[in-house]
Amino acid sequence: MLKTTPLHERTAALCVSHAWRRWAGHVVASSYELTHEREYHVIRVAAGLLDVSPLYKYLIRGRDAGRLLDLVVTRNVMRAAVGQVLYTPWCDHAGKVIDDGTVARLDEQLFRMTSAEPSLRWLQDNAIGMQVEITDVSDATAALSLQGPMSWSILQSMGAPSLKYFRITSATLRGIPVTISRTGYTGDLGFEVWVDAAQALPLWDALIDAGRGYGIMPTGLLALDIARIEAGLMLIDVDYVPARKVLIESQLSSPFELDLAWTVNLDKERFIGRQALADEKARGPQWLFVGVEVDWSSLERLYQEVGLATRVPAAAWRMSVPIYAKGEQVGYATSGAWSPLLKKYIALAHLQAPWAKPGTQLEMEITVEHRRKRAAITVVKKPFFDPPRKRA
Amino acid sequence: MNQHDVIIVGGGHNGLTCAAYLARAGKKVLVLERRERIGGAAFSEEVFPGFRFSVFSYVVSLLRPEIIRELELPRHGLQILPLESTLTPLANDDRLVQWSDHDQNRAELARHSPRDAEAYDEFGLLLHRMARAVKPLLSVAPPDPASLDPRELFDMLRVGRHFRDLPPKDLHALWKLLTMSAADYLDEWFESEALKGTKAASGIIGTMLGPRSPGTAYVLLHHYMGELDGVFRAWGFAKGGNGSVSAAIAAAAQAHGVEIRTQASVSRILVKGGRASGVVLENGDELHASTIVSGADPRRTFLGLVRAENLPADFVAAIQRYKFRGASAKVNLALGELPRFTCMPEPGPHMRGAISISPSVDYLERAYDEAKYGEFSKRPYMDIVIPSMLDPSMAPPGKHVMSIFVQYAPYHLTGGWTDARREEFGDTVVNTLAEYAPNLKNAILHRQVVTPADIERVLGLSEGNIFQGELSLQQMFFLRPAPAWARYRTPIHGLFQCGSGTHPGGGVMGASGRNAAMEILGVRA
Repeated sequence: MLKTTPLHERTAALCVSHAWRRWAGHVVASSYELTHEREYHVIRVAAGLLDVSPLYKYLIRGRDAGRLLDLVVTRNVMRAAVGQVLYTPWCDHAGKVIDDGTVARLDEQLFRMTSAEPSLRWLQDNAIGMQVEITDVSDATAALSLQGPMSWSILQSMGAPSLKYFRITSATLRGIPVTISRTGYTGDLGFEVWVDAAQALPLWDALIDAGRGYGIMPTGLLALDIARIEAGLMLIDVDYVPARKVLIESQLSSPFELDLAWTVNLDKERFIGRQALADEKARGPQWLFVGVEVDWSSLERLYQEVGLATRVPAAAWRMSVPIYAKGEQVGYATSGAWSPLLKKYIALAHLQAPWAKPGTQLEMEITVEHRRKRAAITVVKKPFFDPPRKRA
Repeated sequence: MNQHDVIIVGGGHNGLTCAAYLARAGKKVLVLERRERIGGAAFSEEVFPGFRFSVFSYVVSLLRPEIIRELELPRHGLQILPLESTLTPLANDDRLVQWSDHDQNRAELARHSPRDAEAYDEFGLLLHRMARAVKPLLSVAPPDPASLDPRELFDMLRVGRHFRDLPPKDLHALWKLLTMSAADYLDEWFESEALKGTKAASGIIGTMLGPRSPGTAYVLLHHYMGELDGVFRAWGFAKGGNGSVSAAIAAAAQAHGVEIRTQASVSRILVKGGRASGVVLENGDELHASTIVSGADPRRTFLGLVRAENLPADFVAAIQRYKFRGASAKVNLALGELPRFTCMPEPGPHMRGAISISPSVDYLERAYDEAKYGEFSKRPYMDIVIPSMLDPSMAPPGKHVMSIFVQYAPYHLTGGWTDARREEFGDTVVNTLAEYAPNLKNAILHRQVVTPADIERVLGLSEGNIFQGELSLQQMFFLRPAPAWARYRTPIHGLFQCGSGTHPGGGVMGASGRNAAMEILGVRA
């Protein structure tokens, strides 16, 4: 049996589309309405409410809690202030990415880590000899993500304290104790609210009630997928293969190859993968993870040739699509979507380093009426969409 | 030495678009706007504290996606939210809703007519093909079939080849669309009055014609145009109102170095030896440039800003014959609560789409009948949106703004538009709507009524025509605004037009502005 989240009672009643997706052994709504379009726009114009409870969550407590996390992840946890949240990948000893997630410093000696894959064993194995207690709170803690320009107005109306980008605070929302972090997976103004699973339903009700005047809408994963691609955010198992699932070496990715060089803190004396990463940095990565835009007139021409109006994908896609330079394959896209906001067909792609510079003109495979064609694309800077309100 | 290469008269969305493209190509461009704000008819204003309105133009119809991309408008704040459905409330608390979801739509149509439910997809497919046939005409300067200019001949050839390649049955269907009335055309397809009424309504918007007037079928096509650009459900609402469209284009233009001056009213375009050389402002200042582009409508440009002695007499005559006849008005309401339509009283997704008061073709035709003889419709057609349902920032939490586009309100009202007639008209609109949503009257916190006379007075659009001249077939394509002068050029060397009064015209499209810039730059579209 698949697991349901603590919010299932509410989300199931609202899921008119009957469209569900699996996430870490749970079922979560793909879209609530019959199409996901409105839910996407809500993220960019009002506030979408997403059930993100399936995330793995761990509490790391004790004298050596910071030291353990600092050893495991690539960013500097020791220097994180109380109330700070770090987005970070973590690697194996060869410097290849195992997973990515967030580390929140709740107190001097208390952290919460979120991950996409189970991480208890990895944390425990690296904590040998340390004074630290690791608790899997994945089921005990529910999480609601409130994303969009109105998200702050809603929380503010409920008495939440103001919060800077990538900060976390404890708060009480209509009598419910929660922690709120200004984080998310949309590249927009947004928050994630963490709550005891037993209080998940009252919290959902309170947010929906407070959000009514601000255009709040339950939002599913199809809408989120478009938003995260616009934000240039990668997805595990889609845009990279985590090191533990790799069968052949070429499937591995380093943080440098995933455009996460900024998260690799080589000033730290010791962390897992440090030596390999230092070597790679000196060498320069072979691959880079970039954004590409499909040239509209090129796409239009391909459809015109067969007498059709130009088509764009209705939902975000997740597959490997070859990219060519002068007829040679030089990379592949792993996620793509039509951006309803930008009116552009965009994709996230892995390219061999010499082809990854912004402005480089390449070609991507497009299937038009059963035939493989190539459309012109341009390498562009990520994120595709970066509103000032995200950090303001 | 001229400080600028190009002076653009009028800071409406087309003037700004033209300016942005010219500056992007390296020209030094100055935009002169008469009013204290830019945007022309596309502007948003907090008319009532806490409530923002798209006072005039209220939906984004077919804003060209290439303009959105090329000028990077989303970076400058533009976001277009789709209008997802159309609710047509009917008598006896019934309704017809056209939904964007196929299955939902079919089930709803079948409730009224199983035959219509089946015909609907086929109709959509045909119009999609027709739209595809016509589309190449939209993004190019329209070639004049009578011209011998080699460039125009080349374009004509291109268009000719395109039509030659159409399957005969599509060509026949296109001919019907171009010549028939919306009502007759829809009669060939559907039997449900509510469906025909609502579809026909899109053929009369902004035009002093009724659904039974020939030529109105063509406008039905426009609703399918957007699909061709990957802009599914192209009819949308701009976040922050239509002022955001102008603001985004202006920001893009300024990023390319365009200078925009407001409260700079142009009184005359200077012409020396058949060449435009500059403009004179109302305060007497003279500004010079070798290229002048007018975003004002053809009447204001050629019968106001340019002296008739500088123009050929037949051209002046053609412009004098060019029809405006504004027929539409706006009523903007600030609401303390959502209207409860008796046919669908609970708030739901249907409130996020358009609401159309168009129960039948007869209803629309009757509304037109009154207007023909100089009266506003006693039971008018209305196209209603509630922007705050899509963008909550338009109104305080829990409160709403409602935009009501109303037809017919003829510019040439018997006795003329006075304050009293304006309010009488506002009452007519509210009373008609309240028949479908009885709580409306008590929900109104503030009401703003905009008549064609107001549109002319405030925006300078002749006779209050929202399209800078009627979008009827005799004024379209190579005839817009005058035969032989449809390619944004004018009989005066160096003077161009970029407004909605040129091809393709109409709505917040930006196509005229972009096409004009391409013509000025000598770029083939």
